[in-house]
Amino acid sequence: MENKRQYEVVFIVDPTADDEVSKLTESFTQIITDQGGTVTKAETMGKRQLAYEILHHKDGTFVLLEIEGSGREIAELERRMRVNDRVLRYITVRVDEDRRRAEKLKERRARKAANRPARGTQARRGAAMDFAEAAGE
Amino acid sequence: MATNYEDRVRGGGYDGDDDGDRRPMGGRGGGRRMHRRRVCRFCIDKVDLIDFKDVRLLQNYLPERGKILPRRISGNCATHQRMLAEAIKRARNIALLPYTTD
Repeated sequence: MENKRQYEVVFIVDPTADDEVSKLTESFTQIITDQGGTVTKAETMGKRQLAYEILHHKDGTFVLLEIEGSGREIAELERRMRVNDRVLRYITVRVDEDRRRAEKLKERRARKAANRPARGTQARRGAAMDFAEAAGE
Repeated sequence: MATNYEDRVRGGGYDGDDDGDRRPMGGRGGGRRMHRRRVCRFCIDKVDLIDFKDVRLLQNYLPERGKILPRRISGNCATHQRMLAEAIKRARNIALLPYTTD
């Protein structure tokens, strides 16, 4: 469980095929699950103007998938997206390492915040406030 | 004597230039260096992760031309500038942000 990788995949769908978006998302989800991964989140970010033209398209529908798995299903998914004409562009980002790092930094900060006021004179209040702050984040 | 005086004045002007980081300079007279607060916004906000999908945020660091705003101007720390640059490049790849604008 610990060594499962997490990915974020964003792909752009041809806006003229807007009704296919849900179908595409479904089929990609199916591919992932067939390969042994899980889709933790599938979200349509909506139609957006592209910052530059891709294959003469000025806008596209963005879809975000969050995937957990070994990494093998990503290869299959990317292959499928490359072949599909409806998918204008895709990007896969591995996020588990960065997220873990962020978690660590956050923890360290919370620990520091908890320790620091203990040395001071007006300890109680400061510590409690810092804790609340860390928890609220 | 006169030249001496001028030298001193010019020296003072130069000094002002060097202090530019601390003293806000209004308008023209101050010299070519603009005043910027040299702090990393991301450090203040305690950002650990910069998301490439956050176009609104990234756009702040993309001036008109579409180039990534350098650290010496934004005041970002090295760590966050690296994260920011990476995020901007990813966003460019999927056409959320432009590579160039003209």
